[in-house]
Amino acid sequence: MADEKIRFEAVSKRYGSLTVLDQLDLSIGAGEVVSIIGPSGSGKTTVLRCLMTLEPVDDGVIWIDGIPLNKELRSGALIEASPAHLRRMRTKLGMVFQNFNLFPHMTILQNCSEPPVYALGAKPTEARSRAVDLLKMVGMESKQDHYPAQLSGGQQQRAAIARTLAMQPEILVFDEPTSALDPETIGEVTEVIRALATKHSYTMLLVTHQIDFARDISDRICFFDKGRIVEQGPPDAVIDSPKETRTQQFLRKVAKAR
Amino acid sequence: MDWRWDFTFETVIPRILPGLWVTVEVTVLSFFLALFLGLFLMLAKRSKISFLAFLAAEFIEFMRGMPLVVVIFFLFFVLPMAGIYLPPIWTGVLAMGVYNSAPAAEILRGGLQAVPKGQWEAAYVLNYPPHQAFRRIILPQAVGPVIPGLGNLLILAFKETPLLSFVAIPEMLDTAKRIASETYRFTEPLTVVGVLFLILSLVSAVFIKIVERHMIPEMRHGR
Repeated sequence: MADEKIRFEAVSKRYGSLTVLDQLDLSIGAGEVVSIIGPSGSGKTTVLRCLMTLEPVDDGVIWIDGIPLNKELRSGALIEASPAHLRRMRTKLGMVFQNFNLFPHMTILQNCSEPPVYALGAKPTEARSRAVDLLKMVGMESKQDHYPAQLSGGQQQRAAIARTLAMQPEILVFDEPTSALDPETIGEVTEVIRALATKHSYTMLLVTHQIDFARDISDRICFFDKGRIVEQGPPDAVIDSPKETRTQQFLRKVAKAR
Repeated sequence: MDWRWDFTFETVIPRILPGLWVTVEVTVLSFFLALFLGLFLMLAKRSKISFLAFLAAEFIEFMRGMPLVVVIFFLFFVLPMAGIYLPPIWTGVLAMGVYNSAPAAEILRGGLQAVPKGQWEAAYVLNYPPHQAFRRIILPQAVGPVIPGLGNLLILAFKETPLLSFVAIPEMLDTAKRIASETYRFTEPLTVVGVLFLILSLVSAVFIKIVERHMIPEMRHGR
């Protein structure tokens, strides 16, 4: 494995008495593509939300490039990170949501060109030409002046991926990117993600229910249950010959549903 | 009952029209004052400073439970005792503005809450500074849901202005009562007031429709 990019160190997250993440340890290398699978309520999405600093963690430290994310080093001690520190660290992170969350009052092009301007201080002309390139890359150049409501789910998700890339992140986080899509548009989105995984050097963390897709693009699969990693390893090992009974049960159920 | 057209056109309408102007003036000015105060009330109520949020919430509840006439009388008689002398019309604007700031705050709050949480999260993840997220992402989406409620508030404000006749502000109803007591003819002045209010509310309804069409942009209808 190349250099370590992300490390979860004994990370716990609780909602009241419910423990969603239980002393999670997870290390992801630079350029590695990791998929998280598991039953609903197993804490998969919470891993992503904690990494994106959308949720504070209760215990433990998340590291990115060897720098603590949810903590800050002040005079030799680790203290809770300030909003400014979180903001700085988030420039390395990009997230694609299950429900796209495109801005409905902006065209697709504005969705991709405005965030770099207002959040990074990019020049409007540069941000615009970059956005045009990215929309071309995801096959949306002909729709750049459309509003999100005028597009299919698959088209919206491709535009949302372009918007995420416009911020030039190093780490891409996908939260069930195809779960809100009609079956016939899933393929166009998975093709875009596949291209990102194979042709680019992004570090990718993906939560998905599409086992075949996860097997195709991932370097590693993590099976989650009850806030812990039950089993992890190369796709072939975890999906084709799982060792843990819970993994076997889950994969059997998923296979039946297909 | 007899109806005299010459009296209607020669006496009633010329005398009531300035009252119509007062009604429009007080309504529009107090409406903008209510919007302005309502915005601050809403922000205060959402504030993380709990004392401020408490004060705003209590003020809104207090104003909701208070008849407007009481507020009008209070300001009309108490402000001069405090050494503040305002022309009666401004007292009316102030009373209605303060009174309607409470529902305005609630309408604005509803507009903000209508913006899905995912929009805040997307703006956050895309690293928008909080004030830019509010201005560029949240506010434009809160405008649409707010317009019908505010339009309603404007029409209600028109209908509240006759209460100002209690403190002798020369709006339409006050003028009509004066004409009636001078001539002992009630039918024509009161009918004219009714018709003028009908016209006012019809005009504002059309106005609100136009604003709605312009302010709720392409995101709904496409272009």
